[in-house]
Amino acid sequence: MKTASPAAGGSKERRGSFTTISGRPIEELYTPADIASLDYARDLGDPGDFPYTRGIHATGYHGKLWTMRQFAGFGAPEETNHRYKQLLKAGGTGLSVAFDLPTLMGRDPDHELSLGEVGKCGVNVTSLADMETLFDGIDLGSITTSMTINSPASMIFAMYLVVAEKRALRQGFGRGAGWESLSGTIQNDILKEFIAQKEYIYPPRQSMRLITDVFAFCAERVPRWNTISISGYHIREAGATAAQELAFTLRDGIEYVQYGVDAGLDVDTFAPRLSFFFNSHSDFFEEIAKYRAARRIWAHVMRDRFKAKNPRSWQLRFHSQTAGVSLTAQQPYNNVVRTALQAMAAVLGGTQSLHTNSLDEALALPTEEAATLALRTQQIIAHETGVANLVDPLGGSYFVEKLTSDLEEEALAYFDTIDRMGGMVAAVEKGYPQREIAESAYKFQQAVEQRDKIIVGVNEFVADEAEPIGTLYIDETTAERQLAKLQRLRETRDNDRVRAALDALKDGARGAANTMPLLIDAVRAYATIGEMCDALREVWGEYEETPII
Amino acid sequence: MQKIRVIIAKPGLDGHDRGAKVIARALRDAGMEVIYTGLRQTPEQIVSAALQEDADAIGLSILSGAHMHICPRVMELLREKGLNDVLVVVGGIIPDVDIPKLNAIGIKGVFLPGTPMQEIVDFITRNTHSRVAT
Repeated sequence: MKTASPAAGGSKERRGSFTTISGRPIEELYTPADIASLDYARDLGDPGDFPYTRGIHATGYHGKLWTMRQFAGFGAPEETNHRYKQLLKAGGTGLSVAFDLPTLMGRDPDHELSLGEVGKCGVNVTSLADMETLFDGIDLGSITTSMTINSPASMIFAMYLVVAEKRALRQGFGRGAGWESLSGTIQNDILKEFIAQKEYIYPPRQSMRLITDVFAFCAERVPRWNTISISGYHIREAGATAAQELAFTLRDGIEYVQYGVDAGLDVDTFAPRLSFFFNSHSDFFEEIAKYRAARRIWAHVMRDRFKAKNPRSWQLRFHSQTAGVSLTAQQPYNNVVRTALQAMAAVLGGTQSLHTNSLDEALALPTEEAATLALRTQQIIAHETGVANLVDPLGGSYFVEKLTSDLEEEALAYFDTIDRMGGMVAAVEKGYPQREIAESAYKFQQAVEQRDKIIVGVNEFVADEAEPIGTLYIDETTAERQLAKLQRLRETRDNDRVRAALDALKDGARGAANTMPLLIDAVRAYATIGEMCDALREVWGEYEETPII
Repeated sequence: MQKIRVIIAKPGLDGHDRGAKVIARALRDAGMEVIYTGLRQTPEQIVSAALQEDADAIGLSILSGAHMHICPRVMELLREKGLNDVLVVVGGIIPDVDIPKLNAIGIKGVFLPGTPMQEIVDFITRNTHSRVAT
């Protein structure tokens, strides 16, 4: 903690200590002494060179801007299909599917726990028929699609593959055609579900198998697909600090690579298709340093720990999203400003793709106007601010370099702790990351209560609320329509074929078969997400966590 | 003095439990007896927990938009079990238009994002006072 020096004119400091939003103490000034131990070639390197601290592409955004990928989904597939077409027309360059909770939890709309949840937090996708509607009129070969789906990632991915296959079949190609050219991402990150977002179904070890099955299947059949998006976003939203987000996410990455290697895969066949997803929070420099540290750590992990030889295995590519948790219901227009600054940090940190939140998301899912404004925010950063003209503009800043090294050091210390526990699956089973995050979340909330941390419009600069802004309201007919469709599907499909496919899936799950081809067969027969997930529930059981407060 | 007993529950399919856990801890630090149910509780499970634990209050954390289905069901079951004097509050993402509807079915407090923990502690203390005192 610094006190005012006489050189500062003896002026009194505003606060006793200055810290980042993660509680990290910050000095008043950083100098060459803070980065004396850094070696440019060894620790930074030019962009495009190991360890990629400054970026994975030598030319930064000169060749290609980041993908402006707005996460969207609500109601029935028809409504979301309309929103996608609108986003693409407005200049969006990739799609990102938000599914509703029944889909995320592998439940059909007629399950008891789906009550009131159908189409609320995202789009409801029950079967292949819904997936066909969702992408109707959208050329899958010319866009990239990201799908935020985890426990049932394999089932949803299988549906996407079959949509592409059916289109290729209509053009006279054979089964499995068109998959080589598909490009996109499934989140498929179950560890962060156990750690933070809690949308798990099966126990950890069986869940890990589904993921390594996708790694193996895609390496052979869908080579351009990003098989996983190892996500810190939700870990951060759950209350983690920047260092915890960095550490737990990358340690999850290590766990996935280890499981892949243990399953007999050559690391360089699947590691280049791993991607990451980070939060872009409000503490500007800490976030930029976090992305830089992430690249450096991952390059070393892949080269030194896993002995990967392909430089593409060493390069950490990431998507980012501005911090939903920073949005306030109070004075919602302030959220536009927060989001713009957070997005700027992601761009200065070298993100490959970006989602900017809408101003109304502390209140509801975004309206079309709010979603468009969020996209415009990215376009302004890209085309008006000049920050995309060069690579890693903050490289060499005493402060940013010091922060990068400090975050790296903290993350490596967490790696040691988790390694000692026997890896991330073991740590999750012990509740370790969950407890660390809950602790940070509570500390932050206390800091807000005590006004050590100011949130404009919430605990300072509070104003009488103006007219409430208009928000999107999902009406109840979505659930009715999806239920009716499901009923019709069950009456019209070949139910013997469905049963046979589900039986084959169960047999495969009991043994060691790759589950992907079995799921693809079930999808072709129009098995529903609930039926496929139930088949595996029957074999593997369900996970229940011990609540920690 | 007798401790206020509070059930904190996460109904529905959503797993975002940051708010529920922070509030559970704040209520506990304020001297209440807190029972956190964990995730994915049906209204039946929540009401049966309230009965078993002799709860003075139930706090429901709902962020998914399912509140207009879940809350009426919880209130109905509470009435069926004769637990009319249990205070029910809801926290989460609740559109303004739904707040009067929730109040009308007997939910006394609806807390939106940004509510200070102390405000919730005070509200529960004030509104369970008569029950706890008797």
